[in-house]
Amino acid sequence: MTIPSLPTSNGRIRADLKLVADLVPSGTRVLDVGCGEGALLHHLAQTKNVDARGIELRQEGVNACVQQGLSVVQGNAETDLKDYPSDAFDYVILSQTLQAMRDPRGTLGELLRIGKHAIISFDNFGHWAMRLGLMFEGRVPVADGTRHKWYDTANIRPCTIRDFLTLCDDLGIEPERCFTVHGGGRTREVTPDSWRARLTARQAVFLLK
Amino acid sequence: MSIPHSQDSSETAPLGDAAPKSPAGEAPQTGHRVVLGAPAPMKLDSGLDLAGFGLAYQTYGTLNADRSNAILVCHALTGDQFAAGRHPVTGKPGWWDNAIGPGKPLDTDRYFIICSNILGGCMGTIGPKETNPATGKPYSLAFPVITIGDMVNAQKLLIDHLGIEQLFCVIGGSMGGMQVLDWASRYPERLFAAVPIATAARCSAQNIAFHEVGRQAIMADPEWRGGDYLSQNTRPERGLAVARMSAHITYLSETALHRKFGRALQDRKAITYGFDADFQVESYLRHQGITFVDRFDANSYLYITRAIDYFDMASEHGSVAEAFKGTKVRFCVLSFSSDWMFPTYESRALVHGLNAAAANVSFVEIQTDQGHDSFLLDIPDYHRTLTGFLNGAAAHRGLTAK
Repeated sequence: MTIPSLPTSNGRIRADLKLVADLVPSGTRVLDVGCGEGALLHHLAQTKNVDARGIELRQEGVNACVQQGLSVVQGNAETDLKDYPSDAFDYVILSQTLQAMRDPRGTLGELLRIGKHAIISFDNFGHWAMRLGLMFEGRVPVADGTRHKWYDTANIRPCTIRDFLTLCDDLGIEPERCFTVHGGGRTREVTPDSWRARLTARQAVFLLK
Repeated sequence: MSIPHSQDSSETAPLGDAAPKSPAGEAPQTGHRVVLGAPAPMKLDSGLDLAGFGLAYQTYGTLNADRSNAILVCHALTGDQFAAGRHPVTGKPGWWDNAIGPGKPLDTDRYFIICSNILGGCMGTIGPKETNPATGKPYSLAFPVITIGDMVNAQKLLIDHLGIEQLFCVIGGSMGGMQVLDWASRYPERLFAAVPIATAARCSAQNIAFHEVGRQAIMADPEWRGGDYLSQNTRPERGLAVARMSAHITYLSETALHRKFGRALQDRKAITYGFDADFQVESYLRHQGITFVDRFDANSYLYITRAIDYFDMASEHGSVAEAFKGTKVRFCVLSFSSDWMFPTYESRALVHGLNAAAANVSFVEIQTDQGHDSFLLDIPDYHRTLTGFLNGAAAHRGLTAK
């Protein structure tokens, strides 16, 4: 059982990226960690007049970004974030990358050191379809399962909303706001301890401080 | 604007410039030339003063009304001010002709490009080849040892002379990239963007070592005459050619050399059991050496390689991050995957330093097997990156699209 990748809204940016973008106030300093080909950075630069920067592991992604005029460096978030000074950014964004990290805990700490706020989005492995898939089909859930299997998915550290909240608690991080993304790209703001959100959210977006 | 075009107009130097001065027997082929360091002399890093010295430069494109579209191009060790168009000495295209011109990454329909011969050079700017007014003879080894910072200070005097408050961009590869970094650190208010290409924040031990081989080759040539060859009407051509040959190997890559030449023989079917150039790669290197001595001065080679050896931002400022602390300059750092003279990890170290300074930085490694010389080549990904970065920076600077 898998969750299909989210549809783009009106052929523009993905629903979760739109949600992230809406959380960023105009004129702020933003670092997008794992910025891919720069869809979110481009959107932020166009609509919010932010000082937008990015870091991306894949060379093709970096080239695409810089060729659009975006300020992006090729680098590995898990080794390179330590170079940035504390509070260098107002918002540090990690969209759909947390579960691909070797050390999500260490990275989360770094994000909130270099940024005053962090915006984290991730696939919710507590979604009911994931639970039922494991229970009735006996298959490990894979969030990007239309394209990947358990052995080649980028998400090497799957977690649920509850797992994430526990980690935040351990690190003394306070979730400011929580949003869920549902089928068809619908989004809503929820209280993180809502059992219904944990069961029905395909993705979660947290604003942390 | 009062600054004229000068693609091929050595006659149209701006008012106040000195007439092109040429050593005996050579045509005045230096393009624009201006006298700087007067009335106040320029202080060199060595502590010596340099007063009333000539600096040769070329420009391409047109300076806009608010003088905001100027790009300073910094040339590498053996380059010169003739970055684009036809070179008056070699008759070949300028060293960066593929990147400078209408519709090219450094678009002359949009930007005003300035390229000056570096301090210590031998194409019209003061260097060991020029005449020492105190003796009436060439400076030779009486010329002071200079640094990358001295080169930058001289360029800054040129930019002052041209009435440009802030350069839109300073760009250059290899040693030119070191000048870019020095510019951004020394005069952060005087440039909006910086593009250091295939370079490093310090000269590595390996590069010092190769420079030393080149210098020793020159000085071992009996025609060098203790540096005084110009006065004695001779030239250390063999030494300079060997220096160029060994350096040229460092500009390429093993893969590129193998692809280009392999073990192919030169105009023969079998090896000759002698020391002629049996192999094409030998013949190629000999050709590189021979053509180089026609356009380059051996003492300049000594002085410029020394300036590169001395370059080390961390030792000068405490750390790379400290050198760029609080900078508002937009950086684009570029490296090439097969460059073993300035490997990507040097650029990455630079980027880490810039990140630590919270600088606005882009960093791209271009995949190619062409080695260090890639920065001179028309590699599509490379040129697209340059164009994209400059377009983005121009939008932030408020330069209107052409």
